[in-house]
Amino acid sequence: MHLLVYLPLVVTVLAALAARTLSDRLPPVTATWLLTGSAVVLAATTGAVLGLLALTALIQVPMIAATGDWSARFISQHDPASLPVAILAGGALTVAATAAARTLWRRGRAIAVAHRHARELPGNGKVVIAEDEAPDAYTLPGVPCRIVVTTGMLRVLSRPEQRVLLAHERAHAAWYHYLFTTAARLAAAANPLLRPVAAEVGYTVERWADERAAALTGDRKVTAHAIARAALAAKETPVRDPDALGVIGALARGKRPGPVPRRVAALLRPAPRHNALLLLVALALVGVAGVSALAAARDLHALLELAQGGH
Amino acid sequence: MRGDVQRASVSRRKGGELESAVLAVLQAARAPLSPGEVREQLDDDLAYTTVVTILSRLHAKGVLERRKEGRAFVYTPVADEPGLAARRLAKMLDAEPDRQAVLARFVSNLSESDEELLRRMLG
Repeated sequence: MHLLVYLPLVVTVLAALAARTLSDRLPPVTATWLLTGSAVVLAATTGAVLGLLALTALIQVPMIAATGDWSARFISQHDPASLPVAILAGGALTVAATAAARTLWRRGRAIAVAHRHARELPGNGKVVIAEDEAPDAYTLPGVPCRIVVTTGMLRVLSRPEQRVLLAHERAHAAWYHYLFTTAARLAAAANPLLRPVAAEVGYTVERWADERAAALTGDRKVTAHAIARAALAAKETPVRDPDALGVIGALARGKRPGPVPRRVAALLRPAPRHNALLLLVALALVGVAGVSALAAARDLHALLELAQGGH
Repeated sequence: MRGDVQRASVSRRKGGELESAVLAVLQAARAPLSPGEVREQLDDDLAYTTVVTILSRLHAKGVLERRKEGRAFVYTPVADEPGLAARRLAKMLDAEPDRQAVLARFVSNLSESDEELLRRMLG
């Protein structure tokens, strides 16, 4: 069980290291599904192995062992994990579960508020134009999602660029992109090693919408220019409530280009082609993590059965 | 357009939602309305004093303008419909810690070096 237990952790670290490469090399739709799915599976498997490790500590407590009719001596002789490691795992699992619950609660509330407002926005149309000088545009989670575009944003864009903007936001709305980013964020709350993966999902859904806009308008260059122009205009006339998180993000990024230049650069290159090999390798690694967690669970179960006969 | 907000039964709703219903009536009217006229246009039977309370609350929030006409006040929305809705929305979302995360923004904030990079890309 020893080695198997640590494999999901190894794969999680690999995923964090490979996330950026995957989102650059794979078509954004594939990358979004792959990264979101991997984040969820890896968070679940690392949670599961932490739980298994913690269990090995519990079953060595004589009183608990007695209720299960296991031989505590037999179990400690076969030393599934050292007691300090097991206790540490239990602590980590508690922290992870608490963090995930907290994130779920916060994000759930924010989505609920957004849903209500998506319903309350005037009109029945998907798109709402707001009278506001600050150039801004966003998709509001809801059923259906609603799109808000300010007059300030429309003013800085040409007609073809406005079409890009609407196609981009419609893609966010049609595919419920907030569900992907929320799932990835939850996974990263439960396992902080997955944070780079969750950050890349935030980027790949933007790329997904960008590629969709480029396909609908048939012009990658106009799409790239629309994004660049909108971002530059938004910087000149910031939205009234400057996003404190964004500032922290910019500081943390340092000299590395932020998401907007990355998106523009990606559009000025040809669309990424399918890369079956890369996808298969990534899926295989996530599969290894899942299988090893299952195998570790089976090992523990077998040990418990033996311990029952081991009096 | 206004139907959606108005059709839903007002009686089942609480404070904030009553305000939305009253606001929707005034926005649809496009002319100043007295509390009595607002009350007539709401689907539910609200007490006259309830309507007056909601109107004064909205006025205190800066959402409605009012002027004296005869013995009562008449009310109009301060801003146009979408602008107002967007502003109210922004206010409500501000209270949520995850507010920025749930909005899929067209463009995120630029750092100084990002700005330079973009200007060069645009050529």
